[in-house]
Amino acid sequence: METTKKLIRKKSLEKLYAALSMSRKVYAPVVADDNRVEYKYNPEFSAITFDHIQSTLSVKNLVFPKVENLIYFTNHKTESSVTEVDVSRIPEVVLWGAHPCDAAAYDVLRSIFCWDTKDQFFSKRLEKLTVIGLACHQSDDYCFCTSVGLAPDSAKGSDILLSRLKSGDYQAEILTEKGNAVAGLSPGLFEAMPDEGVLTADVKARFDYREVTKKLTGAFKHPFWVANSLRCIGCGACAYVCPTCACFDIQDETRGLNGRRYRSWDSCGFGLFTLHTSGHNPREVQSQRWRQRIMHKFSYMPDRNESLGCVGCGRCSRGCPVDMNIAEQLTALQTI
Amino acid sequence: MNSLIARAKELLENKSVQVIIGYEAGSNGIARPAFISDPKDAEKLIYDDRCIQNLALYLTKHEVKHFGKMGIVAALPVMRSIMMLISEQQVFAENIVVLGISSDGSLLDMADIGVMKGYIGKADLGNPAKDEELIARLNKLTPAEKFEYWQNELSKCIKCYACRQSCPMCYCTRCSVECNQPQWIPVQSNTHGNMEWHILRAMHLAGRCISCGECGRACPVNIPCHLLTMHLADQVHHHFKVHAGTSDKMSSVLSTFDPSDKESFII
Amino acid sequence: MSEFEPKIVAFVCNWCTYAGADLTGTSRIKYASNVKIIRFPCTGRIDFMLLLKSFANGADGIIVSGCHPNDCHYTSGNFHARRRWMMFKDLMDFMGVDMNRITYSWVSAAEGAKWAEVVNSTVTRIRELGPYVSYNQMVNKPVEEEVQHE
Repeated sequence: METTKKLIRKKSLEKLYAALSMSRKVYAPVVADDNRVEYKYNPEFSAITFDHIQSTLSVKNLVFPKVENLIYFTNHKTESSVTEVDVSRIPEVVLWGAHPCDAAAYDVLRSIFCWDTKDQFFSKRLEKLTVIGLACHQSDDYCFCTSVGLAPDSAKGSDILLSRLKSGDYQAEILTEKGNAVAGLSPGLFEAMPDEGVLTADVKARFDYREVTKKLTGAFKHPFWVANSLRCIGCGACAYVCPTCACFDIQDETRGLNGRRYRSWDSCGFGLFTLHTSGHNPREVQSQRWRQRIMHKFSYMPDRNESLGCVGCGRCSRGCPVDMNIAEQLTALQTI
Repeated sequence: MNSLIARAKELLENKSVQVIIGYEAGSNGIARPAFISDPKDAEKLIYDDRCIQNLALYLTKHEVKHFGKMGIVAALPVMRSIMMLISEQQVFAENIVVLGISSDGSLLDMADIGVMKGYIGKADLGNPAKDEELIARLNKLTPAEKFEYWQNELSKCIKCYACRQSCPMCYCTRCSVECNQPQWIPVQSNTHGNMEWHILRAMHLAGRCISCGECGRACPVNIPCHLLTMHLADQVHHHFKVHAGTSDKMSSVLSTFDPSDKESFII
Repeated sequence: MSEFEPKIVAFVCNWCTYAGADLTGTSRIKYASNVKIIRFPCTGRIDFMLLLKSFANGADGIIVSGCHPNDCHYTSGNFHARRRWMMFKDLMDFMGVDMNRITYSWVSAAEGAKWAEVVNSTVTRIRELGPYVSYNQMVNKPVEEEVQHE
């Protein structure tokens, strides 16, 4: 569809938010007590931040929640009954203020969850999700979206993309039918866009992901992995804050005669992630697991999934207790 | 830190150790762990206020032990962790060389574990002021307020286990959470399960935690989980008059007993 | 509003408190029936996680009881248990879990009357405190995106 650029004033945004909150869950960024940014459902508009560089956790939980019930079951002594989760109960959600990296991440997740079989939970949640993107007017040293084919003003994955103007108002680019539907709730708030440039952060490219992918093809046995993974402590912080990491564990939990099967976030960085029942572990040491993380995102996924497995948001590096700094390692990988 | 670099170089050149675990400059002005095995790389070693991470956890890592004998840059918390690990026989004194760092940042001469023990014995083992203040503030709350506080904090927990992985004393190859017969702690993250996890971890560390605060620092969502383990470490001292990590012969308080232990709440 | 009857779980050691409870019965001493007794070989076997699981599964109060110090059938089990309870109590106090809902006692095989008193006083106390609502609310708090079972 034809995309349109409109002007929306800061105070009109408040009215738009109010209109949206009346009928839907709106997930918006607020600043927590310790100055971290986190997304919350339907906060007060005055608490919403438009100035954050990045939130600590990603917003992948809207399509891939940290726990997703798959089936419920009941033991009736001689037989058992299984109830499917009713995905039609998944509500409509508007994601307010997702940076371009996070908006683009949904497509990466889709390439995993809908690769051959369409995951019904993921698909329904994505169908019910409308993304109001917020282009970046500032960045920090951990951001590297321009190294992975994205940009601080990329429209990929957004239904409406807001970009800040010098005046403090916003350009609203309505990109999809879903975006049109949101704008249609209060059309009067969207005015004609004057000829004014938007503020865009300057994110210098640190490496070229295509070069990295090429280098990785022959790098499986390279000593780089051992040398650069010694400090990794094998926690799940990078995988859990990452907007494109999709590994999950499936568990059954019972209480008396009732139970449910759910899936929850998992990390390939954990020591026991690949432990077989036989006791054999193909990725016994951290260097193998670190190699897996990078190869999966930058080599296996582009080869098989059509998507790069990273959007350059930098959360993994900000959250890592030992500064594994993926962008630094990828820059080094380009020259091996 | 020229004396540190010189000593590291010396130890590597005369093959007293095969790797030095220390700190190097990381990205964006922070310090991060470094593993120096080539004497030429010893120049990367730094020591300043940014070097607070507890390096002792690497002494039990297979990939690091693989080098051979290990040298480790150790300020007081790291020294205490090393002592604790030796007392639990996870690290052997003959396999390590300690490059002690005093509270003013200068290199200490630590010929053997006995010297380190003496240094720890004379050191101030108090908690950082910031944590003391937070614990004091929490202790003033009513039980209902405390419960509310911890529920709020622990609802943020994503079960990434950065707290466990960054702790030198959490070296179990199969953690309690990785057992499913019985499943004590649910795999998923929810407030109740998260609370059970942190209680379990704090209890398993009672008498073993040396209050380095690494767990709280490692947490990506800033939960002050170190206050739980630190509080128990304080209570261990209060009840049993011992500090963890002060002796290589010590057995932790929950592995031992004294018939004359005093408690007031058993009827 | 119907009268609230607390649910109490008692973790007791086989050699002293359990035998003591038997004695309470054979002596025909009446005591509150709110308690479900779980028998352990020794208090040293009692894992603190069991207490947490009791609260999570609907218990309003807990009794933990064993042999007097120096009388443990396994010599030192209750000494280890005592230290563990001291640390557990400190941690629970710090986190705001209601320690008034847990009674710790030493009840020997000869103290039938004492067992009845421990149970009765605990039940009275918990009845006044009411059901452990805040703990249950925490247990049942759903994760935001979860699709709940009807």
